[in-house]
Amino acid sequence: MDKRTNDKILKRLLGPADPELLCDECFEKLDQYVELEFRGREADARIPGMRAHLEGCPACHEDYESLRDLVQSGEPND
Amino acid sequence: MSARAAISLMAGMSSGPPISGTASQSEREQPDSREWLSALRGTGVGRNAAVGRLHQLLVRATRFEVSRRRAALSHVRGEELDDLALQAADDALVAVLAKLDDYRGESRFTTWAYKFALLEAGVRLRRRAWQEREVVLEPEAWPLMADGRRSPQRQAEASELMQALKHSIDSCLTEHQREVLVALALNGVPLDVLAERLNTTRGALYKTLHDARRKLRSDLAQKGFTLDSI
Repeated sequence: MDKRTNDKILKRLLGPADPELLCDECFEKLDQYVELEFRGREADARIPGMRAHLEGCPACHEDYESLRDLVQSGEPND
Repeated sequence: MSARAAISLMAGMSSGPPISGTASQSEREQPDSREWLSALRGTGVGRNAAVGRLHQLLVRATRFEVSRRRAALSHVRGEELDDLALQAADDALVAVLAKLDDYRGESRFTTWAYKFALLEAGVRLRRRAWQEREVVLEPEAWPLMADGRRSPQRQAEASELMQALKHSIDSCLTEHQREVLVALALNGVPLDVLAERLNTTRGALYKTLHDARRKLRSDLAQKGFTLDSI
Protein backbone atom coordinates (compact mmCIF):
# COMPACT_ATOMS: atom_id res chain seq x y z
CA MET A 1 0.00 0.00 0.00
CA ASP A 2 1.52 3.36 -0.99
CA LYS A 3 1.71 6.47 1.14
CA ARG A 4 -1.17 8.21 -0.62
CA THR A 5 -3.50 5.28 0.06
CA ASN A 6 -2.35 5.10 3.67
CA ASP A 7 -2.99 8.80 4.16
CA LYS A 8 -6.40 8.51 2.53
CA ILE A 9 -7.42 5.76 4.95
CA LEU A 10 -6.13 7.73 7.92
CA LYS A 11 -8.04 10.80 6.74
CA ARG A 12 -11.23 8.78 6.44
CA LEU A 13 -10.77 7.36 9.93
CA LEU A 14 -9.66 10.55 11.66
CA GLY A 15 -11.61 13.14 9.63
CA PRO A 16 -10.67 16.77 9.19
CA ALA A 17 -8.38 18.34 11.78
CA ASP A 18 -10.08 21.73 11.61
CA PRO A 19 -13.46 22.60 13.14
CA GLU A 20 -16.28 21.78 10.78
CA LEU A 21 -19.95 22.36 10.18
CA LEU A 22 -22.28 19.39 10.51
CA CYS A 23 -24.53 18.09 7.72
CA ASP A 24 -27.62 20.20 8.45
CA GLU A 25 -25.59 23.41 8.60
CA CYS A 26 -23.77 22.39 5.45
CA PHE A 27 -27.03 21.90 3.56
CA GLU A 28 -28.37 25.20 4.82
CA LYS A 29 -25.37 27.13 3.46
CA LEU A 30 -24.44 25.01 0.45
CA ASP A 31 -26.12 27.21 -2.17
CA GLN A 32 -24.51 30.33 -0.75
CA TYR A 33 -21.11 28.63 -0.60
CA VAL A 34 -21.28 27.42 -4.20
CA GLU A 35 -22.24 30.86 -5.51
CA LEU A 36 -19.54 32.61 -3.45
CA GLU A 37 -17.01 30.17 -4.82
CA PHE A 38 -18.34 30.54 -8.36
CA ARG A 39 -17.91 34.32 -8.14
CA GLY A 40 -14.48 34.12 -6.49
CA ARG A 41 -15.70 35.74 -3.28
CA GLU A 42 -13.73 34.02 -0.50
CA ALA A 43 -16.25 31.29 0.15
CA ASP A 44 -14.03 29.55 2.74
CA ALA A 45 -13.47 32.74 4.72
CA ARG A 46 -17.14 33.70 4.70
CA ILE A 47 -18.44 30.26 5.61
CA PRO A 48 -15.89 28.81 8.05
CA GLY A 49 -16.08 25.10 8.64
CA MET A 50 -17.63 24.31 5.26
CA ARG A 51 -14.43 23.19 3.54
CA ALA A 52 -13.47 20.95 6.46
CA HIS A 53 -16.91 19.36 6.46
CA LEU A 54 -16.79 18.72 2.73
CA GLU A 55 -13.45 16.96 3.26
CA GLY A 56 -14.90 14.83 6.03
CA CYS A 57 -18.36 13.99 4.70
CA PRO A 58 -18.47 12.12 1.37
CA ALA A 59 -22.25 12.53 1.00
CA CYS A 60 -22.22 16.30 1.44
CA HIS A 61 -19.15 16.49 -0.79
CA GLU A 62 -21.04 14.73 -3.58
CA ASP A 63 -23.98 17.10 -3.13
CA TYR A 64 -21.58 20.03 -3.26
CA GLU A 65 -19.93 18.80 -6.46
CA SER A 66 -23.30 18.22 -8.09
CA LEU A 67 -24.61 21.69 -7.22
CA ARG A 68 -21.35 23.33 -8.28
CA ASP A 69 -21.34 21.52 -11.61
CA LEU A 70 -25.03 22.15 -12.22
CA VAL A 71 -24.59 25.88 -11.58
CA GLN A 72 -21.52 25.96 -13.81
CA SER A 73 -23.28 24.02 -16.55
CA GLY A 74 -25.43 26.99 -17.44
CA GLU A 75 -28.41 27.41 -15.19
CA PRO A 76 -31.31 29.77 -15.83
CA ASN A 77 -30.01 33.31 -15.72
CA ASP A 78 -32.16 35.03 -13.16
CA MET B 1 -54.77 10.76 -5.19
CA SER B 2 -51.05 10.03 -5.38
CA ALA B 3 -48.45 12.69 -4.64
CA ARG B 4 -47.43 12.62 -8.31
CA ALA B 5 -51.02 13.12 -9.50
CA ALA B 6 -51.55 15.94 -7.03
CA ILE B 7 -48.41 17.68 -8.18
CA SER B 8 -49.35 17.22 -11.82
CA LEU B 9 -52.73 18.82 -11.27
CA MET B 10 -51.24 21.63 -9.22
CA ALA B 11 -48.50 22.41 -11.68
CA GLY B 12 -49.93 21.57 -15.06
CA MET B 13 -46.74 19.60 -15.08
CA SER B 14 -44.69 18.81 -18.15
CA SER B 15 -41.37 17.31 -17.26
CA GLY B 16 -40.04 17.52 -20.81
CA PRO B 17 -37.20 15.58 -22.34
CA PRO B 18 -34.07 14.67 -20.41
CA ILE B 19 -31.80 17.68 -20.16
CA SER B 20 -28.29 18.12 -21.29
CA GLY B 21 -25.85 20.33 -19.38
CA THR B 22 -26.81 23.54 -21.18
CA ALA B 23 -29.70 25.86 -20.35
CA SER B 24 -32.29 26.30 -23.09
CA GLN B 25 -33.56 29.69 -24.25
CA SER B 26 -36.76 29.24 -22.23
CA GLU B 27 -34.74 28.44 -19.11
CA ARG B 28 -32.66 31.59 -19.51
CA GLU B 29 -35.89 33.58 -19.52
CA GLN B 30 -36.95 32.36 -16.08
CA PRO B 31 -38.03 35.17 -13.73
CA ASP B 32 -35.58 36.37 -11.11
CA SER B 33 -35.55 35.29 -7.49
CA ARG B 34 -37.99 37.91 -6.25
CA GLU B 35 -40.44 37.11 -8.99
CA TRP B 36 -40.14 33.42 -8.16
CA LEU B 37 -41.09 34.07 -4.56
CA SER B 38 -43.92 36.39 -5.46
CA ALA B 39 -45.38 33.95 -7.96
CA LEU B 40 -45.04 30.92 -5.68
CA ARG B 41 -46.70 32.78 -2.80
CA GLY B 42 -49.51 33.96 -5.05
CA THR B 43 -52.75 32.25 -5.94
CA GLY B 44 -54.62 30.90 -8.94
CA VAL B 45 -53.31 30.40 -12.42
CA GLY B 46 -50.16 32.44 -11.86
CA ARG B 47 -49.10 30.29 -8.94
CA ASN B 48 -49.87 27.08 -10.77
CA ALA B 49 -47.74 28.19 -13.69
CA ALA B 50 -44.86 29.08 -11.35
CA VAL B 51 -45.11 25.71 -9.63
CA GLY B 52 -45.00 24.06 -13.03
CA ARG B 53 -41.85 25.99 -14.02
CA LEU B 54 -40.25 25.15 -10.69
CA HIS B 55 -41.01 21.47 -11.18
CA GLN B 56 -39.36 21.57 -14.60
CA LEU B 57 -36.24 23.10 -13.05
CA LEU B 58 -36.16 20.43 -10.36
CA VAL B 59 -36.54 17.67 -12.93
CA ARG B 60 -33.64 19.21 -14.81
CA ALA B 61 -31.54 18.99 -11.64
CA THR B 62 -32.50 15.42 -10.75
CA ARG B 63 -31.83 14.22 -14.32
CA PHE B 64 -28.50 16.00 -14.18
CA GLU B 65 -27.70 13.98 -11.05
CA VAL B 66 -28.81 10.74 -12.66
CA SER B 67 -26.60 11.40 -15.66
CA ARG B 68 -23.60 12.00 -13.37
CA ARG B 69 -24.10 8.68 -11.61
CA ARG B 70 -25.23 6.56 -14.52
CA ALA B 71 -21.92 4.68 -14.71
CA ALA B 72 -22.31 3.42 -11.15
CA LEU B 73 -25.88 2.34 -11.93
CA SER B 74 -25.28 0.58 -15.25
CA HIS B 75 -27.27 -2.43 -13.99
CA VAL B 76 -30.41 -0.30 -13.52
CA ARG B 77 -32.79 0.25 -16.45
CA GLY B 78 -33.04 3.75 -17.87
CA GLU B 79 -36.80 3.85 -17.30
CA GLU B 80 -36.32 3.14 -13.62
CA LEU B 81 -33.69 5.86 -13.35
CA ASP B 82 -35.93 8.39 -15.06
CA ASP B 83 -38.80 7.44 -12.76
CA LEU B 84 -36.46 7.86 -9.84
CA ALA B 85 -35.51 11.33 -11.13
CA LEU B 86 -39.18 12.30 -11.35
CA GLN B 87 -39.92 11.01 -7.84
CA ALA B 88 -36.96 12.97 -6.49
CA ALA B 89 -38.16 16.11 -8.27
CA ASP B 90 -41.67 15.63 -6.87
CA ASP B 91 -40.37 15.34 -3.31
CA ALA B 92 -38.01 18.28 -3.84
CA LEU B 93 -40.94 20.39 -5.07
CA VAL B 94 -42.89 19.62 -1.90
CA ALA B 95 -39.81 20.47 0.22
CA VAL B 96 -39.12 23.74 -1.59
CA LEU B 97 -42.73 24.91 -1.34
CA ALA B 98 -42.81 24.02 2.37
CA LYS B 99 -39.59 25.91 3.06
CA LEU B 100 -40.14 29.04 0.99
CA ASP B 101 -39.97 31.18 4.13
CA ASP B 102 -36.49 29.79 4.85
CA TYR B 103 -35.11 31.28 1.63
CA ARG B 104 -33.00 34.27 2.68
CA GLY B 105 -31.76 35.41 -0.70
CA GLU B 106 -28.16 34.38 0.06
CA SER B 107 -28.05 32.79 -3.40
CA ARG B 108 -30.23 32.86 -6.49
CA PHE B 109 -33.56 31.19 -5.88
CA THR B 110 -32.83 28.59 -8.53
CA THR B 111 -29.54 27.58 -6.87
CA TRP B 112 -31.33 27.33 -3.52
CA ALA B 113 -34.06 25.15 -5.06
CA TYR B 114 -31.60 22.97 -6.95
CA LYS B 115 -29.94 21.79 -3.76
CA PHE B 116 -33.19 20.16 -2.62
CA ALA B 117 -33.49 18.31 -5.92
CA LEU B 118 -29.87 17.14 -5.86
CA LEU B 119 -30.20 15.96 -2.28
CA GLU B 120 -33.35 13.97 -3.03
CA ALA B 121 -31.84 12.45 -6.17
CA GLY B 122 -28.47 11.73 -4.59
CA VAL B 123 -29.97 9.92 -1.61
CA ARG B 124 -32.21 7.81 -3.86
CA LEU B 125 -29.39 6.93 -6.24
CA ARG B 126 -26.95 5.94 -3.50
CA ARG B 127 -29.58 3.74 -1.91
CA ARG B 128 -30.51 2.20 -5.26
CA ALA B 129 -26.86 1.41 -5.97
CA TRP B 130 -26.60 -0.43 -2.63
CA GLN B 131 -30.03 -2.05 -2.74
CA GLU B 132 -28.76 -5.61 -3.07
CA ARG B 133 -25.56 -5.14 -1.11
CA GLU B 134 -24.95 -6.19 2.45
CA VAL B 135 -23.87 -3.47 4.86
CA VAL B 136 -20.96 -4.75 6.93
CA LEU B 137 -20.38 -3.14 10.31
CA GLU B 138 -17.15 -5.01 11.12
CA PRO B 139 -13.82 -4.31 9.45
CA GLU B 140 -13.59 -6.33 6.24
CA ALA B 141 -9.82 -5.97 6.32
CA TRP B 142 -7.59 -3.69 8.26
CA PRO B 143 -5.31 -1.75 5.96
CA LEU B 144 -1.74 -2.91 5.87
CA MET B 145 0.69 -0.07 6.16
CA ALA B 146 3.61 -1.73 4.36
CA ASP B 147 5.07 0.36 1.58
CA GLY B 148 8.26 -0.78 -0.11
CA ARG B 149 9.13 2.75 -1.17
CA ARG B 150 9.26 4.03 2.40
CA SER B 151 12.32 3.80 4.57
CA PRO B 152 12.18 1.11 7.26
CA GLN B 153 11.88 3.85 9.87
CA ARG B 154 8.90 5.51 8.12
CA GLN B 155 7.24 2.15 7.68
CA ALA B 156 7.70 1.39 11.36
CA GLU B 157 6.18 4.77 12.30
CA ALA B 158 3.20 4.23 10.02
CA SER B 159 2.67 0.75 11.40
CA GLU B 160 2.92 2.04 14.97
CA LEU B 161 0.31 4.71 14.21
CA MET B 162 -2.09 2.19 12.72
CA GLN B 163 -1.68 -0.15 15.68
CA ALA B 164 -2.35 2.73 18.07
CA LEU B 165 -5.37 3.76 16.02
CA LYS B 166 -6.81 0.24 16.13
CA HIS B 167 -6.29 0.22 19.89
CA SER B 168 -7.98 3.61 20.26
CA ILE B 169 -10.94 2.43 18.21
CA ASP B 170 -11.31 -0.60 20.47
CA SER B 171 -10.79 1.22 23.75
CA CYS B 172 -12.23 4.74 23.32
CA LEU B 173 -15.34 4.35 21.21
CA THR B 174 -18.78 3.07 22.09
CA GLU B 175 -19.98 0.05 20.15
CA HIS B 176 -22.26 2.27 18.05
CA GLN B 177 -19.46 4.72 17.28
CA ARG B 178 -17.18 1.84 16.33
CA GLU B 179 -19.73 0.29 13.98
CA VAL B 180 -20.49 3.61 12.32
CA LEU B 181 -16.81 4.48 11.90
CA VAL B 182 -15.93 1.08 10.46
CA ALA B 183 -18.88 0.99 8.06
CA LEU B 184 -18.39 4.52 6.76
CA ALA B 185 -14.65 5.05 6.89
CA LEU B 186 -13.26 1.57 6.34
CA ASN B 187 -15.91 -0.35 4.46
CA GLY B 188 -17.05 2.53 2.25
CA VAL B 189 -20.76 2.31 3.01
CA PRO B 190 -22.46 5.55 1.89
CA LEU B 191 -23.81 7.68 4.73
CA ASP B 192 -27.37 7.71 3.37
CA VAL B 193 -27.38 3.94 2.96
CA LEU B 194 -26.23 3.33 6.52
CA ALA B 195 -28.70 5.93 7.81
CA GLU B 196 -31.55 4.05 6.14
CA ARG B 197 -30.39 0.65 7.47
CA LEU B 198 -30.01 2.01 11.01
CA ASN B 199 -33.25 3.97 10.79
CA THR B 200 -31.63 7.32 11.47
CA THR B 201 -30.68 10.45 9.55
CA ARG B 202 -27.57 11.54 7.68
CA GLY B 203 -27.05 14.36 10.17
CA ALA B 204 -27.33 12.15 13.25
CA LEU B 205 -25.03 9.54 11.76
CA TYR B 206 -22.40 12.07 10.74
CA LYS B 207 -22.50 13.54 14.26
CA THR B 208 -21.69 10.05 15.57
CA LEU B 209 -18.81 9.77 13.09
CA HIS B 210 -17.60 13.27 13.98
CA ASP B 211 -17.59 12.54 17.71
CA ALA B 212 -15.77 9.26 17.16
CA ARG B 213 -13.10 10.95 15.06
CA ARG B 214 -12.61 13.66 17.73
CA LYS B 215 -12.12 10.99 20.38
CA LEU B 216 -9.56 9.17 18.24
CA ARG B 217 -7.59 12.31 17.47
CA SER B 218 -7.57 13.28 21.13
CA ASP B 219 -6.46 9.81 22.24
CA LEU B 220 -3.69 9.60 19.66
CA ALA B 221 -2.46 13.09 20.54
CA GLN B 222 -2.31 12.09 24.21
CA LYS B 223 -0.20 9.12 23.20
CA GLY B 224 2.27 11.46 21.50
CA PHE B 225 1.36 11.03 17.84
CA THR B 226 1.62 14.10 15.65
CA LEU B 227 -1.39 14.32 13.37
CA ASP B 228 -0.83 17.76 11.87
CA SER B 229 -0.53 16.49 8.32
CA ILE B 230 -3.64 14.27 8.52
